[in-house]
Amino acid sequence: MTTAEPAVRLRGVTKVYDGGVAALGPLDLDIARGAFVSLLGPSGCGKSTALRLIAGLAAPSTGAVEVARAAAPGAVGFVFQEPTLMPWASVRDNVYLPLRLAGVARRAAMPRVEAMLARVGLADFTEAVPRELSGGMKMRVSLARALVTEPDILLLDEPFAALDEITRFRLNNDLLALWRDLGKTIVFVTHSVFESVYLSQRVLVMTARPGRISATFAIAGPEPRGEAFRTSPDYAAQCRAVSAALAGAGEDPSREGVR
Amino acid sequence: MTAGAGGRHPARLVLPFAALAASLVAWDLIVRLNDLPPYVLPGPGLVLATLVQDWAILWQSLAITLVTTFEGFAAATVIGLALAVLFSQSKWLEYCFFPYAVILQVTPVIAIAPLLLIYLPQQLAVVTCAGIVAFFPVLSNATLGLNSADRNLVGLFTLYRASRWQTLRYLRWPAALPAIMGGLRIAGGLSLIGAVVAEIAAGAAGSGSGLAYRIAESGYRLNIPRMFAALLLLSIAGIVIYMALALVSHLVLRRWHESALGKDM
Repeated sequence: MTTAEPAVRLRGVTKVYDGGVAALGPLDLDIARGAFVSLLGPSGCGKSTALRLIAGLAAPSTGAVEVARAAAPGAVGFVFQEPTLMPWASVRDNVYLPLRLAGVARRAAMPRVEAMLARVGLADFTEAVPRELSGGMKMRVSLARALVTEPDILLLDEPFAALDEITRFRLNNDLLALWRDLGKTIVFVTHSVFESVYLSQRVLVMTARPGRISATFAIAGPEPRGEAFRTSPDYAAQCRAVSAALAGAGEDPSREGVR
Repeated sequence: MTAGAGGRHPARLVLPFAALAASLVAWDLIVRLNDLPPYVLPGPGLVLATLVQDWAILWQSLAITLVTTFEGFAAATVIGLALAVLFSQSKWLEYCFFPYAVILQVTPVIAIAPLLLIYLPQQLAVVTCAGIVAFFPVLSNATLGLNSADRNLVGLFTLYRASRWQTLRYLRWPAALPAIMGGLRIAGGLSLIGAVVAEIAAGAAGSGSGLAYRIAESGYRLNIPRMFAALLLLSIAGIVIYMALALVSHLVLRRWHESALGKDM
């Protein structure tokens, strides 16, 4: 799968929290440049922890996390579970934030900010403040903010989990379109089998306590993917296989009820 | 039921004034029916007449008290906010110095005032008293606000390698504004109280012509109507200060914060 230098490489990575709880690993993982990979697992399986380690928001207890060009600020974009917008700032200023922090002058940044807002379909809402937007629109602002620095890698932590199904499907399609057009490496954390199979080239199923990768699926599907794929028997069959692996991962009784 | 009417129901405006009028009438009746002399309890009419008659003296005293209040409030705001920003930058500083702020807060200002009057020139001592009383809510609210920025937003700022200054300027400060505004609203009223307390303490020690001094002086002379008139002015000043700060708070937060949004949102 990985021929060239991977975008993300994890080697023997573990994370142990202060209380001695082993949250993750050891984890070995290569993510190829330009790939769309999902981390799929139940709540508390450490998939968000893995994402935060890749982002550099947390440090591993042991092992090495290598992210290509991670030294450059803005090389990694992150989308949280919540939109995580600044409620006092307009949509425009929220998207401008990463560039402002990088020292880009407002005048120089605005064309990029406007272009990215247009790209996520919010060209008419630049002056709105977050509370005036719907949940889906807030998530689009969050996406635009993550993309405005033109990162190589986009990390998404269950970004659409709180949205209604119609909005989620639409954002899934928009995210796929962004991935096709911009060629980013995307790591997508989710607990939805259907979402992971629909979006990714590769699905990594994780088990809990400590979080490990228990199964890997290469997802075959037409490119570009669309509603036809979502309703195809092929999609259903792959979802079934991934679901079975996920159920198997959760069935180990020795892990039940351990907290 | 007034569902949908929100705060616009006419009774909400009329009722407080009706209650006020009723209590004024009751006050007047009590004075008249019991034939109380003015040095025991003046009627509302006499208080109002005194207010008009002594306006020159009272107005001058009010102005002095208000200047003291404003100076104390300004000092409390500047020092309280500066300390809160310092504390937000270093937990160690906060651990070292926050206890002193608490000590200042829990020690009654009336007990500190005589000491300050010995050490400081009178006007400075009075302003210091007003500042001491007002400073704690500013500090504690601002500290709380600066520390309660959204954790994920803090993570985002870390991800983009924001400097301490950038994190303060673009995240912690705006996130703290609702709490800071709450603190300032409390501090406004408290600095008036501090000014009055200090004036009374200073008045006993000698010169002084603030509104509180007028009250104390009128007390010695058994000029009870003037005491009431001065009290009335003080209350009105307190209400105006509170309303002005509430307005400022509303203007600062109106675009985004829940507290400043209309109830129908």
